[in-house]
Amino acid sequence: MGQELFRLKAHEIRGAIRRGETTATEVTQSVLGRIGAVEGKVQAYTEIWGDYAQQRAADIDRRIKAGEDPGPLAGVPIGLKDNYCTTEGTTGCCSKILKGFRSPYNGTVVEKLLDAGAVFLGKLNMDEFAMGSSTENSSVQKTRNPWNLRCVPGGSSGGAAAGIAAHEAAVTMGSDTGGSIRQPAALCGCLGLKPTYGRVSRYGLVAFASSLDQIGPFTKDAEDMALIMGVIAGRDPRDSTSADIPVPDYSKALRDDIKGLRIGLPKECFTDALGAEMREKILAAVEVLKAQGAQVVEVSLPHTEYAIAVYYIICTAEASANLARFDGVRYGYRHPDAKSVEDMYRLSKSHGYGPEVQRRIMLGTYVLSSGYYDAYYLKAQKVRALIKKDFEDAFQSCDIIATPTTPTPAFEFGAKTDDPLEMYLSDIYTSSINLAGIPGMSIPCGLTASKLPAGLQLLGKPFDEETLIRVAYAYEKHSGWERADAPIT
Amino acid sequence: MSRITEKDVDYVAGLAQLVLDGPTKAKMVKDLGEILGYIDKLNELDTTGVEPMMHVLDMSNVYRQDVVGESLTQDQALKNAPKTDGAYFLVPRILDGEH
Repeated sequence: MGQELFRLKAHEIRGAIRRGETTATEVTQSVLGRIGAVEGKVQAYTEIWGDYAQQRAADIDRRIKAGEDPGPLAGVPIGLKDNYCTTEGTTGCCSKILKGFRSPYNGTVVEKLLDAGAVFLGKLNMDEFAMGSSTENSSVQKTRNPWNLRCVPGGSSGGAAAGIAAHEAAVTMGSDTGGSIRQPAALCGCLGLKPTYGRVSRYGLVAFASSLDQIGPFTKDAEDMALIMGVIAGRDPRDSTSADIPVPDYSKALRDDIKGLRIGLPKECFTDALGAEMREKILAAVEVLKAQGAQVVEVSLPHTEYAIAVYYIICTAEASANLARFDGVRYGYRHPDAKSVEDMYRLSKSHGYGPEVQRRIMLGTYVLSSGYYDAYYLKAQKVRALIKKDFEDAFQSCDIIATPTTPTPAFEFGAKTDDPLEMYLSDIYTSSINLAGIPGMSIPCGLTASKLPAGLQLLGKPFDEETLIRVAYAYEKHSGWERADAPIT
Repeated sequence: MSRITEKDVDYVAGLAQLVLDGPTKAKMVKDLGEILGYIDKLNELDTTGVEPMMHVLDMSNVYRQDVVGESLTQDQALKNAPKTDGAYFLVPRILDGEH
């Protein structure tokens, strides 16, 4: 094999290792070398597990030599967002309050990936507790966008997206509560999938908003998406919200055939809020699919404009409850000056959480507080029902829905940090998907004039990740624009 | 008039067990006021008769057999605690009085 194994996709690595053309050790060393070369600029990882990864790769090579089945992901180097509980390394959610936390167990998805032969490379940067759209809320470091180092990678899974774009892993794993996989995937020019709520176990994912959170992969192509979903999807007795619905063979979705597929374009996603250049990119991508025999129909999602308001009520309410557990008793930071239990809670939380997390805890506490519950939380749950119904109605006349993933390409550091509301509006096309629970995938659809990636968001019916993968695959085959590596400058 | 006063912020901070210093409090008043102002958009919608959505999936209760399974050992459960005596989590005194 050539010298640049780190550029390979997961399915290529898997094939090359199985054919004996390379080894898990060679691949791991190549990716670790790449991390060493570019990480100073990108800063995707908060922990790099070099020794662990090499030992793990050697173990896989030994098993292959011994004739054992090494699993469908044998030797595939994978990075994990810092909110995945792992017994290796620490799980800090890029928060001061959880810094240094060593999980006593692995999450279900972590176990599944290990059983499949994956080689973990380390932990990836994120907005603190996954709250943010630029990864600037990390208490650890800033991750830079490999397409333009002055720009943010998006968030909250910014490290996961930038890591893929810079070839610092073959696959990375993130989480998506209101767009935290799809938005950074769009901004960094890779694929990112938020599966249907309940498709993938959340056991061992540090909770942010439990009715919205979902685990999902970042990959370099559609085939890798099928490969990873085949490993991670399915019911888990440890997550009672995981769905008992059979997992299909996602590789069957990898066929270049979308003839007759009906693509819905929601008119509410193509208003003036969308920049002209982004609109052009999205419509050009839809044209590519049309040329392959897909039909385009206009659909309506009339409650789109209310999604952000509903989202910031529900996610903050759930977050305020979930984050109450960080009290300085069983794990995490305890302020040294606390003289009473009350003080211990208050000082530990106030010094342990960053500004955005405190803001969301405050908002969530407010909307749940006595006298305001009906006006905010209950109202939001009602509008959430209307948003879900919008999608059900739209899917009566189409098989998938296509929208922009984001209104603009990547923005510069500091551009939105002073105005939380403006930052929240970055999620305008993504948060309603979590509210409805349906699957959504962002796929790269070219570069803007300023050489920043644009993302096309594909939305599917519940548990129909297959059609998203099929469309992404067809688009890749016929997209007609040249795919280049991120320059890392 | 701002949606949120400093008094509101003090009250909610108390509920959330947060201590906010002066500048943080002022920023919180401003930010929460703006965000809640935006959220007021929802009042445009008449939701009379709409059932609030509690679960995204059509799910009923999930049960399991009541059998003893594996759980964390005491050591594992204690290993991340800021303060223990080896068997229990330790916290500052709760009740006044003699030791």
